[in-house]
Amino acid sequence: MALLEIQGVTRRFGDFAAVDDVSLAVESGEFFTLLGPSGCGKTTLLRMIAGFDLPDEGRILLNGEDLADRPPELRPVRTVFQSYALFPHMTVEGNVAFPLQMAHVAANERASRIAAALEDVRLTGFGKRYPHELSGGQKQRVALARALVTHPTMLLLDEPLAALDAKLREELQIELINLQKEVGIAFVYVTHDQTEALALSHRIAVMNRGRVEQVDEPSKIYGFPRTKFVADFIGQCNLFSGSVSSNARNVVTIDVQGLGPVRVTSSSSIAPGAEGTVALRPEKVRIMREAPTDSPDNHYRGSVADLLYMGDVTVYRVATPGGARVEALLANSQSGRAKFFEVGDAVEMTWPVDAGHFIEG
Amino acid sequence: MKPTAKTGRAARAGRWLVMGPPLLYLVVFFALPALIMVVASFRSPGEFGGLAPLSDETGKLDLNVESYARFFTESVYLQVFVKSAWYATLTTLFCLLLAYPLATLIAQSPKKYRDLLLLLVILPFWSNFLIRVYAWMIILGPNAALARMVNAALGSVGLAPVSLLFSAFAVLTCLVYVHLPFMVLPLYANLEKHDRALLDAAQDLGANAWNRFWRITFPLSLPGVFAGAALVFIPALGIFAIPDILGGPDDTMIGNLIKTQFLETRDWPFGSVLSIVLTVAALVLAGLAAWVARRGARGGVGA
Repeated sequence: MALLEIQGVTRRFGDFAAVDDVSLAVESGEFFTLLGPSGCGKTTLLRMIAGFDLPDEGRILLNGEDLADRPPELRPVRTVFQSYALFPHMTVEGNVAFPLQMAHVAANERASRIAAALEDVRLTGFGKRYPHELSGGQKQRVALARALVTHPTMLLLDEPLAALDAKLREELQIELINLQKEVGIAFVYVTHDQTEALALSHRIAVMNRGRVEQVDEPSKIYGFPRTKFVADFIGQCNLFSGSVSSNARNVVTIDVQGLGPVRVTSSSSIAPGAEGTVALRPEKVRIMREAPTDSPDNHYRGSVADLLYMGDVTVYRVATPGGARVEALLANSQSGRAKFFEVGDAVEMTWPVDAGHFIEG
Repeated sequence: MKPTAKTGRAARAGRWLVMGPPLLYLVVFFALPALIMVVASFRSPGEFGGLAPLSDETGKLDLNVESYARFFTESVYLQVFVKSAWYATLTTLFCLLLAYPLATLIAQSPKKYRDLLLLLVILPFWSNFLIRVYAWMIILGPNAALARMVNAALGSVGLAPVSLLFSAFAVLTCLVYVHLPFMVLPLYANLEKHDRALLDAAQDLGANAWNRFWRITFPLSLPGVFAGAALVFIPALGIFAIPDILGGPDDTMIGNLIKTQFLETRDWPFGSVLSIVLTVAALVLAGLAAWVARRGARGGVGA
């Protein structure tokens, strides 16, 4: 039995289903992320787990117990809010003491619990400060200490790093990973930032329009997106759509307008004539000046239409004579120069048959 | 632009132009009268009222502290003062008890209704103060429905009928009625700024409705509470019209005493002493309220 089970949960606001028949299971000790664009229902789902909102249909079970009749204050889960929501009239200690007081923890035990929680988030010595005397990162750590001090069954985090700048965010991401490992409590993390989700999670549920599109480990989400939405939302991705012209010996061939036949390894049993899509990460595309000497599975010609120099890598957008666009990404570390190609250069593109990922539809 | 002698002069002139009129107003209508009153409090009363000449024929100044001595030695004046403070305190408490739920309700109502509700709170100001006080004479009068109902109820349990009018009850009821908006407005201004996420966080951390109010909402609203308390207590302390019109002989407040000294007894020095004591008491209390409010505002939620 999973720690948290979400069974067929739907939440409607008027005619609009913010969460639409979602079923998920989160294991104990797991770092589970709900990922999706704004308005996809991830925060509504989190609020229903916390108890601030109730499902119109379906059930939410924690340790096998239906939470429907429990108000938020009686659920053994804690939330870390995006705005930190620290109590401005209480010191750091006062904030961390609050849930202990609410749980009627004895005063003599409280002090040691507070000290331990502050140590967990590396804020020892900050106990007497007021929230307005702290930086954004410190505030977020106080919110974490306050949520963890009562040893909840599960921690819910609602975009906790969204308000921080990029550098601090990366630092806190590493701290979050370590903290979660240390305390061993299941985290359910909500974010719209796909790199954050990939970096932090054991498993990710990608949500779109209230529905779960895919639940998988980060590498599977990235490497084997099940839907076009997942492929497009997670990182950059070339999506080549067209009708299937053949499916034999685990290789599907699709006719892509402007490009030609694209071959991809797949165990799909899709019949010729049906619609299909090949998802291909830009870093899997090889581009070069001379035609390859061998005969690769996928080989096309084009010219560089535009490029984005991003320091460590350069993104090239290659236009084919037929009018298709292929995105390719090259690491700049392999060359002494800043860029391999200039706009207008004629290039050859190849990728192996197993580089792409086939999606039906 | 670098500040030059010319722009500096212009800025100074501009500052005086803005600050001048209110400053002049305060000097002419507040500082000078206060000074006159302070001087008057040390002078002797005139033979036929008003003030005795400042100096006698020999040119010797006639200044003394006899009026102050009278206030502090004749216990009846201190008693009236304490009674006024007691009435003002009760008024403040009742206003707080009534205003808090009302301000909360307004702050939590949908945005489009808030302005309308606030307008309703200040609507009584559209009719004259004295008319509103006289209206209570009718409401509490012996032939009005309220008094009849109360006396019928008292009669049914064998008690003698009472007069609602000309009593401490009437004075306090009207004091609370008149001052309620002054408590509602600063409380609303404070409560309206509260971050809803704090209550969600408190609930998430295990706080029930009472703890959410007592540990989060109430302490954060203290600046508003003290601002409202000062706005109610200070005018209530000095009021004279309400006890004059609705009070009985025992409901004399310090304001009535001051009015009597100036208009009827015509003992201006003693009237000045009473006014000064009232002003000093009000200033001390206002200072205290401001100090507590500032301490409460340390968390970043102002009045």
